Amino acid sequence: MLITCPYCGPRDVIEFTYQGDGNRERPQPASQNLDAWNAYVYDRLNPAGDHNEIWQHSGGCRAHLRVVRNTLTHEISSVAFARGDHKVAARHKAEGKT
Amino acid sequence: MVERQSPLEPAPLEPELRTGSHGDFEHGPDVILSETRPGSILQLAAWPGQEKNLIAGIHTVTGLALPDGAGAGSTDGVRSVFGFAPGKFTVVDEAEGLVSAFAGVVTPAIGTVTDLSHGRTAIRIAGPKAEWVLAKFFAIDFALPAFPVGAGRSTMHHDVFAQIQRTGADQFDIYVFRSFARSFWKALCHASEEVGYEVQ
Repeated sequence: MLITCPYCGPRDVIEFTYQGDGNRERPQPASQNLDAWNAYVYDRLNPAGDHNEIWQHSGGCRAHLRVVRNTLTHEISSVAFARGDHKVAARHKAEGKT
Repeated sequence: MVERQSPLEPAPLEPELRTGSHGDFEHGPDVILSETRPGSILQLAAWPGQEKNLIAGIHTVTGLALPDGAGAGSTDGVRSVFGFAPGKFTVVDEAEGLVSAFAGVVTPAIGTVTDLSHGRTAIRIAGPKAEWVLAKFFAIDFALPAFPVGAGRSTMHHDVFAQIQRTGADQFDIYVFRSFARSFWKALCHASEEVGYEVQ
């Protein structure tokens, strides 16, 4: 599996570290909303198809990336820096399927 | 400055570290390995939006102009600079004390300067088969059009993180963590055996 880092270009997946589901929204640290915390920790979309993920190019430029990976084919349809506003369309696509 | 000791000092039972020709060098060594021992190895990082100011600061201190683009860099043989991550640059000088030259130029509002001179070891691999040997280690394109002179790449060989700058058509400078340098050097030697290598 190759991931095309926006800075380094195409690199083998061995250089990357999976940092988890990219659909989660972490509640504010002081939040007392137990439902929000429960959702953050446990709720996953688990789609059969495009999935938002956070990866780090730990063996390269060390940037955190927003990756859309197809869980059936491993096809990577989009890669962008996680810094900034890079909310991707696949999130809504995945939500539509549930 | 504290006097630095190379992690690549020769030892009686480790012939790879001795100067001279090794391996299959009957028709001349095709790879030349050396440790460049630069006095200063720095990493500079810009805060978001301050990248242009940092590049201008690097130009002011080193006289080196950074071409546009990811991983771009340049070298004049004494000083070298290349980008290794978004807004981050490695700057190398043969002389010690480069960090103090940056003190008034790269201000805390622009970014940070980290002195890694004692933490990295610089290994130079040159010769007609240098590209061929490195291709055994790293899954990146070493061909000249894809990896031009002056450019830098961050990648890794198993767990050995490496920053590689091309400093000539058939010459690369590799910066590795000091503690990995000895074993990485030996791995380079073993990979170069079949084409013959010279340690300088």
